Parts: sequence; C-alpha cells; structure tokens
Amino acid sequence: MTRYIIKRLIGLIPVIIGVSIIAFLLIHLIPGDPARAILGERATEQALNSLREQLGLNDPLHVQYGRFMGQILQGDFGRSVITNSPVIEEFAARFPATLELSVAAMLIAVVVGILAGVISAVRQYSVFDNVSMVGALIGVSLPIFWLGLMMQWLFAFKLGLLDASARLSVGISLDPITNFYVLDSLITGNWAALKDTLRHLVMPSFALATIPMAIIARMTRSSMLEVLKQDYIRTARAKGLKNNTVIFKHALKNAFLPILTVMGLQFGTLMGGAVLTETIFSWPGIGRLMYEAIMQRDFPVVQNGILIISLIFVFINLIVDILYSFVDPRIRLE
Amino acid sequence: MKVKRLAAALFLVLAMMVNIVGCGGGDNAAKDAGGDKEKIFVFARSGDASGLDPINVTDGESLYVTQQIFDTLLEYADDSTDLQPGLATEWESAKDGKEWTLKLREGVKFHDGTPFNAEAVKFNFDRWRDEKHPNHQGDFSYYTYMFGGFPGIIQDVAAVDEYTVKFVLTQPQAPFLANLAMATFGISSPEAVKQHGEDYFKNPVGTGPFKFVKWEKDQQVVVEKNAAYWGEKAKVDKIVFRTIPDNSARLMELQSGTIDGMIGLNPDDVETIKNDANLQLLMRPSMNVGYLAMNTEKDFLKEQKIRQAINHAVNKQALIDAFYAGLAKPAKNPMPPSLWGYNDEVKGYEYDPAKAKALLAEAGYPDGFETTLWAMPVARPYMPQPKEIAQAIQQDLAKVGITTKIVTYDWQTYIEKGENAEHDLYLFGWTGDNGDPDNFLYVLLDKSNTVKGSAGNVAFYKNDRVSSLLVDAQKESDQSKRDKLYKDAQVLINEDAPWVPLVHSTPPIAAKKSISGWLPHATGTECFVGVDKAE
Repeated sequence: MTRYIIKRLIGLIPVIIGVSIIAFLLIHLIPGDPARAILGERATEQALNSLREQLGLNDPLHVQYGRFMGQILQGDFGRSVITNSPVIEEFAARFPATLELSVAAMLIAVVVGILAGVISAVRQYSVFDNVSMVGALIGVSLPIFWLGLMMQWLFAFKLGLLDASARLSVGISLDPITNFYVLDSLITGNWAALKDTLRHLVMPSFALATIPMAIIARMTRSSMLEVLKQDYIRTARAKGLKNNTVIFKHALKNAFLPILTVMGLQFGTLMGGAVLTETIFSWPGIGRLMYEAIMQRDFPVVQNGILIISLIFVFINLIVDILYSFVDPRIRLE
Repeated sequence: MKVKRLAAALFLVLAMMVNIVGCGGGDNAAKDAGGDKEKIFVFARSGDASGLDPINVTDGESLYVTQQIFDTLLEYADDSTDLQPGLATEWESAKDGKEWTLKLREGVKFHDGTPFNAEAVKFNFDRWRDEKHPNHQGDFSYYTYMFGGFPGIIQDVAAVDEYTVKFVLTQPQAPFLANLAMATFGISSPEAVKQHGEDYFKNPVGTGPFKFVKWEKDQQVVVEKNAAYWGEKAKVDKIVFRTIPDNSARLMELQSGTIDGMIGLNPDDVETIKNDANLQLLMRPSMNVGYLAMNTEKDFLKEQKIRQAINHAVNKQALIDAFYAGLAKPAKNPMPPSLWGYNDEVKGYEYDPAKAKALLAEAGYPDGFETTLWAMPVARPYMPQPKEIAQAIQQDLAKVGITTKIVTYDWQTYIEKGENAEHDLYLFGWTGDNGDPDNFLYVLLDKSNTVKGSAGNVAFYKNDRVSSLLVDAQKESDQSKRDKLYKDAQVLINEDAPWVPLVHSTPPIAAKKSISGWLPHATGTECFVGVDKAE
C-alpha cells in the first residue's frame, strides 16, 4: 500500500508540472501588456514599471517560470495584487465555506442519488424508474443560475422558509473555531446559529447537488442492473436471503466501484468551488474568489489558485483510488 | 451491513436538517436576534471591498466603506461637488497657488483615541507621497493619478503649529482642494498605521461618523456609530455592507426585506421597483460622459461643418430609451451638469437629419462619405452596450448619407490604438474623480493631451483659445473666476464640435421606503451619516 501511494505521488509530478506551465502561461496569453491589464487604463508609467518589476515580467520566460516554481516549492504562493495578502491566506479563508457546501451537497447527492438508482434498478421500467431517470436528465440539464433564482424566489421570497444568500443572517453571531459553521455552532452549542446556518445551507447545497445527484443516480442504476444479472445474486436469492440483504449487501457492494469513481470526480469538481452556485447564493467560497480574481485581473490569485485547485483535485482522486481496495478486496494496490 | 447503516445514518442527518429548518417556519432569524432595538442599515452591492485603507483602493465597493470610517480635509456638499469644510476649517493659497495653508478642526480624535492634528496630516501625506517612508506599503494609485507620481507635485508638507498645516507645491494645481475632498484621501490614525503595518488595510482607523467593527471576506463589513463624532452624529447604530454578487438575487433580498438598500440594478428591474409599494428608486447624479470622439486629424473629420453635421445626425434620446432604460440624460457639454462650471447656456446640437444633410452639402459632401466607427469591447456605466450603441449610431449616420464600418478590438488594443490616433469615429467615455471641471475638460480636450501613444484627448482637438482658457483656470484659485473660464471654454468647444457628447448616465439605486436621508452623490459614494430607518 505504502509503495503504491509513493508510486502514485511520483506519478503526480508530471501532472503538476503540466498544470503549473498552463497556469504560468495564462498571464502571457492575454493580449497586450499584463501590467496594464492589471492596473487598468489610468495607470501611470511609474506604477506600470513597478508592477512589472514586482511580477518579474521583464525577465525571459524560462527565468520567470523557474522563479514561479521555485517559490511554490518553498510554499510561497505569492500575494494578491489587489489586496496584497498572501494567496494561500485568501484560499484558507474561503476553503471552509466551499468544503462545507461541497460536503452538504455530496451528502444529498449520494443519499438521494444512490437510493433512486437502486430502486430504479430493482424496479426497472417501473413508473418510479422512468420518473427518476427523466428527473435525473432534467437535473443534469438545468442551468444552476436559473434553478438557484427560482429556488430563492419560491423558498425565500414567497414562502420565507429559507434564506437566500450568505452563510449567516445579519445579527446572528457565531464564534469561528473551525469556520465550518455547522460544526462551530454545534461545538459552541449555539442553537440559534445552527438553525440559521442550516437555513442558509439548504438551498445552495440542493442546487449544487442536482448535477452530481443525477449522475450518481444514473451510474448506480446501470451498475446495479449489471450486477443484478450475475449468477451470485441468483445464488443469494436461492439461499433464501432477504431481498434487502441481497440488494444492499451483495449487489450494491459489488456495484459500488464505478459509483465511487463518479463520486470522487464529482466531489473533486465541487471542491474547486462552484462559481455559479457561490455567486447566486453569495457563498463566500473558492469559486467566488476565483471569479472575482479573474474579473479584477488579479493574476497571482488566478495562477496559484488554478494550481491549488488542481492539487486538491488530483489528491481526491488519489484517495478514491486508495478507497477502491477497501470497497473491493480483489483490487491490490501494488 | 455497513453500507446500509451508513445510508441510514446519512438519511437521519438529512431528515434532521430538514426538520430543524422546517421548525424555522416563516419567521426571520435576523429579526429574532436583532431584537435589542439596534438600528441596523443593511446595504448590499455586488462585490466585496478589496481593502479598507482608502488610499490603496480605487473601487467603489471599498470606498463606500472607507467613506463612513474616514473624514477628508475638505468635503463635497451633499448635492453638488462644491467644497465645504471637513477636517480643515479654513484654507488659503499664497505664491500664485504654489502654497496652501489649512487650518484644522480642533478637538477631533481618531477612533483609537489619539488626537487629530497637523502632525497626523503630515504623517498621512508623507506616507502617501514618499516611497521611502516606512509605512509606504501598497500602490497608492489615486495619489499618483491626482498628484502625478511620487512625490508628485506636493513638494513638502509642514506642520506649522498644532492645528495648521502648510502644503508646498512644485506648480499650482487648481483642483488641489477638490482632490483633497476625494474619499481616497481620508486621513488615517498614524498610530494605527504604524501598529498594523502591512495589515492596516484590515484594521482601518479614522475620525469618521462610523467606527470599523469587523470584516468577513466576501460576506460582510460591519461599522458602528461613532458616538464621539465631531459633526452631526449618525442616526443608525450600525451599517452592514453585504456582498451579493448576482443583481437579481440582490433585488430579491431587498424585496424579501433582508436588506435595506442596494446598488447595481438591472435596467429591466427599474420598473419592478417603481411598482413595488415598499420600495423607492433613487438616482445618483451623473459624474460621467459617454461620447463619440471625432479624430480631427483625419480627412473628412478635419472639417468643422462635417463634425457639426454628425452632431445633428445622432439621436441621443433614442439611444437613452433603447440602451439606458431611460436612466441617462442627453449630453451637450463634455462635462456632467452636477459639476460647478457646467454651462447650461450652451445649446448643443439638436437631432435634425435635414440640417445634418445641409451641413454636409455646405462642406462639399452632399452624398456623404465612408468612414469607420469604433466600438468599445467592454461595457461601462456611460456605455452599457457599446456594440448596439454603435449600430444605432451607424443607422443614424446612414440616414444622412455617411456610411460607417464598425470596428472593434480587445480593450487594451482599443485604448492603445485610440491613444495613437488610428481611429476615425471613436466611442469612449470618462468618469470623473474629484468633481472639478479640469478633470473633464483639461484631461479630455486640452491640446497638451494629444501626444500620440498616451493621448487622453482622443479627438486630437487642438484649439489654442480653449487651451489658454483651461490653463488659466488651472492657475486661478478663485472658484468664481474659474467657473467663468470653464463656461467660456464650453462655448468654444461646442462650436468646434470635436465630439458628439452622447449621454450622462445616472445609476439607479433601490431602497426600502422606510429608509430616509440617503443622498446619492455624484462621486459614486456618499456618507451614510444622515441615513435613518423607520421601524
């Protein structure tokens, strides 16, 4: 196992180098002078020169890249040109919000998606199957900005059941410990804050969950259908096992591998920050940070942000690969 | 049965979530918690502040917050860009405007309890203008824009006594006082700047009507009433600046009542607000101009009559109705009417295709001519849909026989080519900084700003009489005399017609009906000291 992990980590190096080259070259892909693009049309020549100096834009490309990588290897991800704070700090400040939202969304997607997929497979071609699979298709196709606005209109504006944006209402205070507001309010026993946090969390996480939920449901269904045709399922039934035991213990466990892969990929994507969901619901996460950095041409944040998000993504995939061996003992990680 | 148990546990958690939320019913958690009768004004905009050190920000999102926390030496009047006392109570110039002496308000304290005095003013200016100052951390962009680099035209700042400060300039600068009133030149507590160093932008300390409380990135900035404020005290206890990026989502929150006021409206939503009995629509006076510059160095456009003909050919009101949702005023001068010095006597050129044709015939082109029409690639408040606006102008010009080809480039290239005089007809605009006419007329139309490669005057308009009026106005420190000089300049510019001044846009603001005392200012931000909320 350890050898496998080390081998995989070494295998990540070319991937990371590739990503770093793309992230690095981004600043050079925009037409014109990057310093002017950052500072805008009213910048003075003096300001432009000092920014070029600061970003090292006067050096040849390979020297710039070498410096870029050298700093990253020392854990220095640069500073935002807009706020002047370290990029890694900007990320750390938003990461809990994105993680909390992603976990909530995955929870919903996994529970609903797997249940719907299993039932659809067991009752193939039933009304439930048809409805949920059409529902899944709609779920994948609905644009989030539309769905989000409709949900806000219905649940926040018309019914007043949930809150439309942000993580907490104005006037509710919560002492940040972990910055995962659900955890923080549980730890401090702050029930008003817990209730308020959940009122804010439900809509964005459902909106964010629609696509993974639909994908997981469809994957579960097709994987389950294949497994349910296997001989050992017939054997299990012949042994007189209860239907639920057959479905959940024998079938689902064996059908789980492709589902796990999809879950990993989806979770990795969510962790990169959901730009649309975070924008519609004013969720202060990584997607918003990246969006705003792009709009303000904050290149250090964009460059290093892409790198950090890619790292998160490949590590989640690594973890999923390791999980394979737990789910399916036939897989030996060597 | 691991999987099943896991699934069951997850389901239970989900059910709990729904249950707890369900218990919330229709009541509003914000109101529950705010029950201690604190008056909170919740204001929302599309982006978070980028920093709270006013000298190191240039965006309205940040300046809106710093404007509450900081005072400036001079202030703008509530409804115009006229200057009035702020932290300075009196001022006088000497040596032809190369020296300014300001008397400071006595007894004012920063929020951290340290005294405001001449030394504090000196510290702030030295920090801004001296690159070697230990607290010169940041880019100080607005300082370089307004005072021309480091140290720029401010040669020396001296504390004459406890409450007198003297500025020595390398050359007279007419809008000097107007610059001092800009929100970006808010005076910080020297102690706080020294204490927080690079992190001062997160820990702002000023003398303003509100004190900084906390800033949660991308969520909210909170300021509270400064009970020891030297002027009229704030009417609300707290202001919360919320960030809600999506225009529609923000409006929905206003309609639901979770916020009290907002900026950044979709033009289409203006009707919604007018029809909602709980909401009111406010208009910010314009501080900008969108215009069509005519390159006076090019063949046809050299001719004054042709430029006047083009002025008569463009239907400004139709542009305003189609692309600004009616939220703009047709322009006749190169500067907006909210500025002093604006010449309302100027008649401008009314929409009259027949007159345009007659002028073209007089100029020797009865059948018109062909030229290019450049459209900006990006939207600006003064030019919300540049391509569509260009198409409308194209049609207007076609009606009088002028055939145009629409040209566009990416933004940087567009600006660079414009500064290089490569264009014919060129859509552009300007948003003012300090409310001084110099900031429009000199920057955009003086002959000294026609140097290729960095021209601000993209009509490449060179009129010696206009230029001498503008330069005289820069040297004059008496505002009434300057007013006259600018009014005269506008008459000449109107005759020469180097531009088609198109519009001055007036950004809409929405607030609950229960909000009073909100006076939108032309500069783009305003102090909320007078804002009140009826319960």
